[in-house]
Amino acid sequence: MPQDTKSIVKAIANGEEVGSHIHKALDDVDPILSVENFNLHYGEKQALFNNNMVIPSMQITALIGPSGCGKSTLLRSVNRMNDLIDIVRISGDMKLNGESIYDPNVDVIELRKRMGMVFQKPNPFPMSIFENVVYPLRISGERNKARLEEVCERSLRKAAIWDEVKDRLDENALGMSGGQQQRLCIARAIASDPEVLLMDEPCSALDPIATGKIEELIHELKGSYTVLIVTHNMQQAARASDFTAFMYLGRLIEYGPTSDIFTNPHLHDTGEYVSGRFG
Amino acid sequence: MSDTQSAKKGLGGAALFYYGEPMVWLTGSALVLCVLMILGFLAYILWMGMSTFWPRDLTEYQLKNNAVISGEVHIEESYELPEGAFGNLSTEIQKELQPIITNGNSDRIMVRTCNYDVSGTHFDWIDANLITKQSDPEWLCFMERLSKKPFIGYPQAFVIDGQVSVEGSKETWDALHKVLAEVQSRFKKRRALEKHALGDLRHEETDARMYAIEVMLESGEDSAEHKAALDAYESAKARISKDSQVILGEIDALKLENSKYQIRMQTGDGKTLEIPVAEIVRIYAPNRAGLFSKTGVYLSRWWEFLTDDPRQANSQGGIWPALFGTVVMTLLMTMFVVPFGVIAALYMREYAKKGPLLSTVRIAINNLAGVPSIVFGVFGLGFICYIVGDWVDQTFYPAHVHEALPVFKKGGILWAACTLALLTLPVVIVATEEALSAVPNSMREGSYGCGASKWQTIWRIVLPRSLPGILTGTILAMARGAGEVAPLMLVGAVKMAAELPTDPSASFMHLGFHIYDLSYHSQDSEAAKPMVFTTTLLLIVMVAVLNIIAIRLRNKLNKRFNIQTF
Repeated sequence: MPQDTKSIVKAIANGEEVGSHIHKALDDVDPILSVENFNLHYGEKQALFNNNMVIPSMQITALIGPSGCGKSTLLRSVNRMNDLIDIVRISGDMKLNGESIYDPNVDVIELRKRMGMVFQKPNPFPMSIFENVVYPLRISGERNKARLEEVCERSLRKAAIWDEVKDRLDENALGMSGGQQQRLCIARAIASDPEVLLMDEPCSALDPIATGKIEELIHELKGSYTVLIVTHNMQQAARASDFTAFMYLGRLIEYGPTSDIFTNPHLHDTGEYVSGRFG
Repeated sequence: MSDTQSAKKGLGGAALFYYGEPMVWLTGSALVLCVLMILGFLAYILWMGMSTFWPRDLTEYQLKNNAVISGEVHIEESYELPEGAFGNLSTEIQKELQPIITNGNSDRIMVRTCNYDVSGTHFDWIDANLITKQSDPEWLCFMERLSKKPFIGYPQAFVIDGQVSVEGSKETWDALHKVLAEVQSRFKKRRALEKHALGDLRHEETDARMYAIEVMLESGEDSAEHKAALDAYESAKARISKDSQVILGEIDALKLENSKYQIRMQTGDGKTLEIPVAEIVRIYAPNRAGLFSKTGVYLSRWWEFLTDDPRQANSQGGIWPALFGTVVMTLLMTMFVVPFGVIAALYMREYAKKGPLLSTVRIAINNLAGVPSIVFGVFGLGFICYIVGDWVDQTFYPAHVHEALPVFKKGGILWAACTLALLTLPVVIVATEEALSAVPNSMREGSYGCGASKWQTIWRIVLPRSLPGILTGTILAMARGAGEVAPLMLVGAVKMAAELPTDPSASFMHLGFHIYDLSYHSQDSEAAKPMVFTTTLLLIVMVAVLNIIAIRLRNKLNKRFNIQTF
């Protein structure tokens, strides 16, 4: 397919409406999450413009784009973390397994329990490794020790950190290295068997070796979890994800299978961005 | 290197300022000055406080006018002779001293002579030129007495039942020490009976009377219930008075036994005085005592100071009630102020909407910290004691109101703690708010991301994480509360409390008020001065101990929460 050479960057600068270019491959996926006409304002400033996309189930979807393009904002809108910011207003909706996320009757706390979230900076809680992992169960009132221990071991194994910490589960989590802390946070995010795992640049605060381990881990999670990951790192998106969405200034520009986006993008701007010539 | 030099040259005189060295010296020396002042102050208090109880040597001076003065030397200084100095001495002596009078300058010493009941003075100034002979007599004794000022003199004779039993200093000393311990233990027993046994009976009597009045108020004066209650009261009263008689009999027997022994003391200038042995708290002859027995006296004085009641308008004896009152009041205050302060700060930081209202509240709280403490005292008296206290009395103590005996409608340790809690509230709120805002937002988000509610996040993540900061606020509040005096004068601190404040409505003694009272309200300020220093030292030590405990606790928590992440 020939590349569309018309510059979307220029079109946006000229104030033109631009649509999203969504690949055909996404028409027949099994969606777990769908974004419908989603707009978001921080006070007066609009951060997301009429986003429409579907996230395929049990696949890894990466959100890429230059700084300030709204990819983190979009991710945080999925589990309504933006509710915590007073000045945020939204319109449009998102649906998780067909159920509305932004319906006024939705219990935000129950909604967040159905998703796991991993943040940019590792943020373990000031408590033992064990308590960190079972935190989502604790807040749901789980007291059965055997069940807690079972979940702890399973989550830590899935997060590929069990062998490193199994002998010091009672130690404070803040004493671990940065990479270990981030894997602990992933273990915590998957402890309650979430339907979607949201990752907000999970490797940006880590050294290359720790980054490699996390990427490997993300790869292993494929098939058991739906992962939506925001990343700054093009190689990471290329290596780890199945689908990639390119965003620019709050608009979804191009969305398709990762291999296509990186080797055969339909839009000229996408090609420029993934090859590092702009952004 | 060369760059630096040229820069210096180029800037000329401004170079020094450019590199900031003068500012380093200025700020550094300001800090050193502050530290030196604090250390100097602490060292002075420590030295004066620690040395008070050390037994000083006693010196006897014979003067040109044949007077004899004996006592502890407190001050030696040179002074300018006033007009008409030595005017009360004979003309011969005046003639002899003429060169000094003409010169106009001389030296003098201040001797603590004690013996107020014999001589009418506590202290004497002696001009050094009047002294003809100076000695340290072996048997000159320092005697601390229960109800009177100390006495300095020689033991002369020991008297039993009005009959001289032995004479001579050493013999009297030995005879005295044979009976002193048992006399003192009898006295302690007597005091315990007076204080506890009689006190309990008094309380019992009051309770019974109040119950009868309560029944009367409820069922009417002529009701059967009231009659029954009155009968019960009468019988209780009869039993109590019988019990009191028994105890009073015991006390009289102890008194009688103790009054058998007297010691006859002679002052340096030959006057004699018979002193009941029961009056003696402590007697020692410093000039013949070695280091070991002096240390014994020193420690026994400290022990008495820390564990005993005050004597003689608080200028002697111990400060145990004040120490107890201060600690209990401070702990009560902490129990009130910390939960309230933390809850208020939590609401302001975690729940309240940011806006002009919140800013106003915050400014108001900060202003509250600047309000003079006496204003809190007035508020405590006017609102807590007279309005809240009145309501408590009307509701729970109708009989006491009927008899015009206020229970809570007056100053007391509970109301004092409430007043000080109000005073220290801003400290706790500000410190807690700061600690809450120091909790990284990423931790809050992590918790919300796991599906925790706001309160779960606060309770499980935010509060534990800000505990060290909250403790810092608590430390500051405790230090402030323990040292505060002005408001306490209005809401319950008293010069002398008969009982320890084990009841929330009771008046109490307080170290800070004790210091104030000793400094300004004692008739013999020189004698009270050492006590002021020792009490000040104790107050500082107490605040320091409270702080050290809290700081250690905080460090322990800090270790748990603030491990370096990378």
